[in-house]
Amino acid sequence: MGKKNSGAQTRNLEDGPALCEILEQRGISRRDFMAFCTAMSAALALPATFAPRIAQALDQVARPTLVWLEFQDCAGNTEALLRASNPTVAELILDVLSIDYHETLMAAAGHQSEEVLAKVVKEQKGKYIAVVEGSIPLKDDGVYCCIGGKSAVDIAREVCGNALATVTVGSCAAFGGIPAASPNPTGAVGVSDAVPGATVINLPGCPLNPDNLTATVVHYLTFGKLPATDSLGRPLFAYGKRIHDACERRSHFDAGQYVEQWGDFAHRKGHCLYKMGCKGPETFNNCPTQRFNEKTSWPVGSGHGCVGCSEPLFWNTMTPFYRRLPNVPGFGIETTANKIGAGLAVATAAAFAAHGVISALRPGEDSQEERREETDAEDRNRPDNQD
Amino acid sequence: MPKIVIDPITRIEGHLRIEAAVDGGRVSDAWSSSTMYRGIETILKGRDPRDAWLFTQRFCGVCTTVHAIASIRCVENALKIKVPPNAELIRNIIIGIQNVQDHVIHFYHLHALDWVDITSALKADPAKTAALTASISDWPLNSTTYFKGVQDKLKAFVGKERLGPFANAYWGHPAYKLPPEADLMATAHYLEALEWQKDIIRIHATLGSKNPHPQTFLVGGMALAIDPDSQSALNDDKLNEIRLLLRKAQAFVEQVYIPDLLAIASFYKDWAGYGGGVGNFMSYGEYPQDNSGKPEKLWMPPGVIVGKDLSKIYPVDHNKITEYVDRSWYDYSVGEGKGLHPWEGESNHNYTGPKPPYQFLDTERKYSWVKAPRYQDMPMEVGPLARMLVAYASGQKEVRQAVDGVLAKLGVGPEALFSTLGRTAARGIESLLIARQLPVWLDQLTANIAGGDLAIHNNERWDPATWPAEAQGYGWHEAPRGSLGHWIRIKDQKIHNYQAVVPSTWNASPRDAKGVRGPYEAALVGTPLAQPEKPLEILRTVHSFDPCLACAVHLLDAGGNEMVRVRVL
Repeated sequence: MGKKNSGAQTRNLEDGPALCEILEQRGISRRDFMAFCTAMSAALALPATFAPRIAQALDQVARPTLVWLEFQDCAGNTEALLRASNPTVAELILDVLSIDYHETLMAAAGHQSEEVLAKVVKEQKGKYIAVVEGSIPLKDDGVYCCIGGKSAVDIAREVCGNALATVTVGSCAAFGGIPAASPNPTGAVGVSDAVPGATVINLPGCPLNPDNLTATVVHYLTFGKLPATDSLGRPLFAYGKRIHDACERRSHFDAGQYVEQWGDFAHRKGHCLYKMGCKGPETFNNCPTQRFNEKTSWPVGSGHGCVGCSEPLFWNTMTPFYRRLPNVPGFGIETTANKIGAGLAVATAAAFAAHGVISALRPGEDSQEERREETDAEDRNRPDNQD
Repeated sequence: MPKIVIDPITRIEGHLRIEAAVDGGRVSDAWSSSTMYRGIETILKGRDPRDAWLFTQRFCGVCTTVHAIASIRCVENALKIKVPPNAELIRNIIIGIQNVQDHVIHFYHLHALDWVDITSALKADPAKTAALTASISDWPLNSTTYFKGVQDKLKAFVGKERLGPFANAYWGHPAYKLPPEADLMATAHYLEALEWQKDIIRIHATLGSKNPHPQTFLVGGMALAIDPDSQSALNDDKLNEIRLLLRKAQAFVEQVYIPDLLAIASFYKDWAGYGGGVGNFMSYGEYPQDNSGKPEKLWMPPGVIVGKDLSKIYPVDHNKITEYVDRSWYDYSVGEGKGLHPWEGESNHNYTGPKPPYQFLDTERKYSWVKAPRYQDMPMEVGPLARMLVAYASGQKEVRQAVDGVLAKLGVGPEALFSTLGRTAARGIESLLIARQLPVWLDQLTANIAGGDLAIHNNERWDPATWPAEAQGYGWHEAPRGSLGHWIRIKDQKIHNYQAVVPSTWNASPRDAKGVRGPYEAALVGTPLAQPEKPLEILRTVHSFDPCLACAVHLLDAGGNEMVRVRVL
């Protein structure tokens, strides 16, 4: 981290009321608050016994200011924020953070909105949190994204450069995302590259899971420091594990049970999507456990492979999305119990690779027909105790 | 003549800038500019056409799904793929609930604060607010206690003098006309809608893993398997959950959104006289009732209206669409003054505007990243108003009834539709109609499944080896904000060329070669400004279009070869 973290975890940031008071005024009971803290300790991958500590820390916190900048974005992360689960309290937590600037949500417009931002940067220098959504184009003096007549890169340098910390939401702000996909027509980059030296926490995803944003903020308020990250600046509590390792369909991978065609028996029964191009084996994120939209589902759970959206430049490295990953079992870095699964998978993958070659040599329509028959035959031969 | 600038226009998706000339307390001229460019079509070249929807979906996260739909449709059209009936129905449900949710968010969270003064809600008598709402709706939450609770929360919030996203707005502006009781009603429902929207959009998560950016579309169908006997597929449990959420969606639209809309509109009837715009309207039609691809099988009819004349409806012919760049930051190889059909389109971006930081754009020359699309050389307004007018003029029964009902309640004639107020009302009417139609599609889907049809994907052309060496096609979709078209050309199993002409390209269009204004620009002329330094009235009209600018800018160059004419869908 380029900067020393200090300040916002104590009440002397500003003489505001404690969180519990604010929540009470807004009709949030202590019980709801504790439920929220328990959910947060789960999101942070902490034992539930940490909930009281989180609650205590949050109680003592006054409202740090948050400004949310949008550059080359689609507002998908803003929309994700609006869908945050545990909403009653989570929204208020964020509200308690005092979101002073957010183009999509704020009432003010034009120079009146820009005044708000300038005021925060000037009066709360080094104390506010900047959230950035969207990439920053550097090419041609930054003309590809201007707000209020100023280029995104100039705004980012001023606002992120003076912030306590910058949290990037989504893969565009973290790593450049889709605008930076080859051939990167506008010279788009993420915040770390646009503002060297800024303190940046990356929360990639397309969009990010809003629970991870709340958890990052709560982590900071609870422990007084930013969460530990991997080499890409991603908090380990959320991005510390591969999707593949926490996947609900992992047992089918290990057992060599794969979906061969959309809608086939294996697809209907929830088997592994590896052969349909799933990028779970190369992607780090907590989608399988945290899920989306109040834990309703996540891509693999709904029958589509992972596209690797929290990895840098996934639009280049993970495409074509429906082509199976080469050498998945060859990761070889698995230890202990995983070795067994990996060993099995090597054999399975080799068999499939051979099968793939044979299929490709067959003429078009026939090969489809034959493959369908094969699949049906396989379906019939499968034992019924798979689910 | 003094010129005012609003940049950023907030409470929209994307980066929009309006420059307006003001004369005698009215807008005398206006220029609409988008100030962000990403070049996504350029990025798509050379990629797998089956991947395109994942890229194009990222055009916009607010109207998420719409560019995925248009994309898979254009690839299916090019490869002549017919999708199974179940996939078509699931798509209709995803599109329908997207429209309803998006319209409600627009009304309460993006548009309402142009009409509702939150600070005035503090002065309201909660009992009177309850009486007001009781007179227009039987929504069970509306009670004195409830409104008192909201007001108390609001007081606690304002008392801290840190208004967060509500700071520094145009509160107290003389153009706010609602009594405090109505302000309190709308503020309470602003908060309620925030809860509601994230709840009902779980339909997208159930059918498609997550929202925004559901990951469930496939060229040829959908990725959610159907199997009543599996917990990993669409089963009876999930169908029931969707059914309950649809009920919840319909109840909110009928008992909260529509009564609020009518109540607020009744205080702003003068806005039926402003914001008329270009007077030409277009809809591609939406919601296929089968997989025949025939325009007459679309639940929401297609058509073009010219010069506010509701007595004539013209069929939409995509050959009549061209785009101009005379006032946009692009160069055409054919030179200035010519419009190009999307299939022949080029987009060599060439920024000639001022170097940032700047105060004003050179609006006499090129001033936007948005091109100027024209239909038969005419600017077209697209969106809910266009759809409702086309359906109304086509004699669609439900639309006729709903529109006439609203007009009667407000005591205004059909001419009131051509306005800022008409645009906002049309969005509500459309939400109501779709919310009532959605359960019909769910019932059809359930009946198919009960009959043993579990198909969700047509595999025949999934393998690129089965494709012809060259193919081309287009896909149309009526997104919440209007007519959306994607055009694709496939060569050697890869994207040779891709182009999108999107709703906000039509509406946010700058001037064309002849200097004819786009819809936002035309609608703003004549807008009264009580305080030009606080141009609240400009926001009203611009927001009535529901701008979505990230979508509007991402045009690309084409190979230049004419593509074979293909029917949509």
